[in-house]
Order: sequence, then C-alpha cells, then structure tokens
Amino acid sequence: MRPWSRPGFWLPLGAVFVWGLVVLLLREDTLRETTFTVMMFVGMASSLNILLGYTGYVSFGHIVFFGLGGYFGFYLLSQQGLWLLPAAVAGGLLSGLLAGLLGLAVLRLRGAYFALATIGINEAARAFVSNFGPFGGATGLFVNFQAYQAYGGAGAALWTTFIYLWLVTLAVLLVSALVQGSRFGLGLMAIREDEDAAMVMGVAAPRAKTIAFMLSAFFPGIIGTLYFFKNGNVEPGDAFQLHMSIEALVMIMLGGQGTVVGPALGAVVYQGLRGYLLTSPLFKSLHLAMAGIFLLLIVLFVPAGAVGWLRHRFPRLRKVLT
Amino acid sequence: MILQVRNITKRFGGLQALTDVTFDLKEGEILGLIGPNGAGKTTLFNVLNGVFPPNRGQVIFRGEDITGLPPYEVARRGIARAYQVVRPLNELTVRENVMVGACYGREALSLAQAARVADEVLATVGLAGRAEQLAGSLNVAQKKRLEMARALGSRPYLLLLDEVLAGLNPSEIAAMLDTIRAIRESGVTILMIEHVMQAVMSVSDRVIVLDYGQLIAEGSPEEVVNNPQVIEAYLGDPQMTARLLAE
Repeated sequence: MRPWSRPGFWLPLGAVFVWGLVVLLLREDTLRETTFTVMMFVGMASSLNILLGYTGYVSFGHIVFFGLGGYFGFYLLSQQGLWLLPAAVAGGLLSGLLAGLLGLAVLRLRGAYFALATIGINEAARAFVSNFGPFGGATGLFVNFQAYQAYGGAGAALWTTFIYLWLVTLAVLLVSALVQGSRFGLGLMAIREDEDAAMVMGVAAPRAKTIAFMLSAFFPGIIGTLYFFKNGNVEPGDAFQLHMSIEALVMIMLGGQGTVVGPALGAVVYQGLRGYLLTSPLFKSLHLAMAGIFLLLIVLFVPAGAVGWLRHRFPRLRKVLT
Repeated sequence: MILQVRNITKRFGGLQALTDVTFDLKEGEILGLIGPNGAGKTTLFNVLNGVFPPNRGQVIFRGEDITGLPPYEVARRGIARAYQVVRPLNELTVRENVMVGACYGREALSLAQAARVADEVLATVGLAGRAEQLAGSLNVAQKKRLEMARALGSRPYLLLLDEVLAGLNPSEIAAMLDTIRAIRESGVTILMIEHVMQAVMSVSDRVIVLDYGQLIAEGSPEEVVNNPQVIEAYLGDPQMTARLLAE
C-alpha cells in the first residue's frame, strides 16, 4: 500500500498548509511572529523524530545542525550576498554533510553513549564558532539593513521568510511521512527495535543510520538560516542553546515518538504551554523546570506520547494518526 | 555443495571457542548440529552469518567466499537465521516483522511484494490470524514461529535454526517439525542446532557433533548416537557407566 493512500498521510500536511494559509490571509505581524516560532519547532521536532522516533537514537545535538547550518547560511547571505533561498539550502546541505561525517564517528555508539557524545558535539560546535574568525567569533554576524531592500523592505522580507519556513515545515512533514511509510523506514524501525537482529535480517544498519542522521540534520540547517535572517543577526549563544535540543525532545515525547503527527502536535502544545508559562507571573522563570517535569511524567506514565497512547487505546484511529 | 566450512577457528581472548571446524552441507539437506552446552554451536552460527569474523578458516557459500562479511551482506546472499532467544521487533506488527526479512533478504523486495510474501509465510507457520498484532504481544510459542517466519520471509537458500524447539510442549514440537519438513520440501537447506534429541534425530539427514569447539563426529543420526565419543561427550565415560551399573 502506498503511504499517500492513507488518510493519515495528509492530516499533518493539510493542517500545516491551512494554518500557514490563514496566517498569510490575515497578514498580522504578531500572529506571523508567534506562528514562526511554533512552526520552527514543528520542523525541528519532526526532523529530530526521523532519528529519534524511527531509528531509536536519542540525540541532544540536534541544535548543532540548526546552529552551524544557520551560521553557514547566514554567512553566505550577509557576507557573500547570496539570496535567502540558496543560502538556506546551502546551510541545510552543510548540516547534512556534517551529520554524515559525525555519523561515521558517533553512530557506532549505542544508547546512552550516543546521547552523551551528542552533548559533547554541541559544546564543541559552540566553542568552534566562538573562535572562528569568518563567522565573527564571539560577537557573531549581522545583516546590513540595506540587504532587506532587495526583498522589498524589512516588512516584506519577514513575510518572505515566513513563507519559506512554512514550505520547509511542510517539506519536513512530507519527508517524515514518506520515510515512515517506506521500505527504508521499515529498516530504520527494525534498527530501533533490535539493531543486531535487524542486521542479521539484512538491514545495512551503518548506512541506514547515517542516511537517517543526515536527513534529520538537513532541515535544521535551513530553518536556522531562516531564523537568523529574520532576527537580522546571529551569535554563538543564540545558535547553540542546549535547552532547545532538550525542548525538541520533550515535544517529540509529548506528542508521540515514531509518528508523523506526534512531534508536530507536541511542538504546538508545548509552545502554547511555554507561552503561557512565560507570561504568567508565577512560572515565568520556571518554564524549563516545567519542561523537565513534563518529560519525567511522560516517560513514566505515557512513554508512547499522546498520539501513541491514542493509537493504542483506539486502534481505529491508526489509519488516521500515523 | 551449498555451504563449505573450512578450518574455522575462533578465539575469545583465552577461550578457544572453535577449533578447525570443517564440514560440508549439500543442497536440500537437513543437517543437525548437536553438542553439550558451551560446545560452540551458537558461536559457529555467529561465524557463519557474519556476526563475528573467524580468526582462521573460510566459509564458502554457493561458491563464494563470504568469510568476514558483515551480517547484512551475508543475509543478502541468502542465509537466514532464527534465534535461540527470540528477538521479535516488539513495536512492529507481526506482518511488519516478516516484511523486514523480505525487504532486506535475498530478494530485496519492495514493500508491497514483501507484504504479500509475509502473508504467505505467516500462513505456512500458522500465524496468519495474528498479522496485525504487535509482535511483543505474542506468547513464546508464537514468537518462535515468528522467528521462523521472519527467516523464511527473506526466501533464503540456507536457513540456520538455533534451538527453535526449546521451550515448546510436545504438540507444539510436532507441529514445528512438520513446518521444518515443509520448509525443506520447498527447497531450502537447513542447518539446525537442537537439544531435543528425538526431534533432531527424526528430522535430520545427517548430524554433526561439536564438543569443546571441535567436531567429534559426523554421520547419519544412527551412527552418531552409537558413536562412543559422542556418548562420552554427553554422558561421560560409557565404560564407567557400565562398570557402575555392574557393581
């Protein structure tokens, strides 16, 4: 059965498509900004899910690809005068390539060792960028305000960036759904369940894992470039925030690892909650602590996440929630 | 000869797990591999399908030297294996488990073809009614059948069965033996490790015996059970038993 013949294939794509369209029609700046943040995390969580949910490798280093890819794209854009779209794609390609190289080293590790190695990578990347001259060292890079004129002014540039992000988010969800429903995806899930048994059944695990890692790293590079372009500057502290990696993990666990809808849903719910916590006077400095407590509760009581729980509880929903 | 094993030697640190193991396997044959616990039977399987490379020796499969290839390359050449301790992919359905074998095995099928093969194979091993269930929810006997189905899904030339009868009750054993014979009828060569002696004797064409990593006997089931060395390996010195009984 082709993956796209299932209704569940179209559900997350359709939802994000309509959501972006509504924002475009309303043309409100605040709505665009909040949607940008939420969609960014939908893309981050869904791309991480290709590695974490399908392949079963827990990475705390997802933000490295956002940071380094974003830095590279932003460098091309601000220093070399490249147009936004090719710069973003170049950022994504760099992230993917980097994941391929890193994968050769760290994908031999399993379980907790892999997770620990990815934390190390995050710190190493931050230290590298802080000392790398072309990327502006500790002060980072910024876009000359004149550059926005090429996009029809700052306001128009922000809308263009939003449209790109919307398309990238749709692309992530599409790739996620295609991988899940493919022969390749079945191999990844076999690795997740029992890597040794999968290899004995013929799954070329080293190659499959590397491809999954590269695929999951490609999109953050694009998203990073778009995000930094929207902000107009980039600095090491913004680009490599370990807590963003952890928040992406919470979103996946909340929504349901290994499903297409789950991470997207988790990102929307988490960001909604985060917005509430940040604005409430009682919790405003505690939102990360709340994220930690959430993660604990989910792992203890609903390890399959919301979507996983629904699929288990109501088997009929399996066709719709993939 | 579908499989030629030549002078396989495997050491783990100071432990000599296999010493100079040499035997042949004819196409369409069922070869039983027996021996006391710790004799190196499972290690031999691990060397044959590429989990460990041997320290010395060669494995030649259908005329090709496959010594030291990684397990997934061995699988693609048509050797499948059912584990002694079942290893189902718990969060995947029974059908998907078999589809992994079919997609990545010898024929490298597409998903749609693999689903068809999986349903066929599940019918052969008697799990057709459970195709949609998660593999983790099966009972032990069903998981053993799933192991077998997964191996068969890859349409292998050679099937390595590691104690597929262990832990089954007599009626389940009888049913499994029928399945094994049916698999052989379909043209698959089988090498099986087994502790249930009557079973291995009734189903095997030939039996080889490992003891302390060495091949100590080879022949028809009758020859092997009457071989004094084999009796000694299993029961200790037969003369001593006779003496003890005489006293």
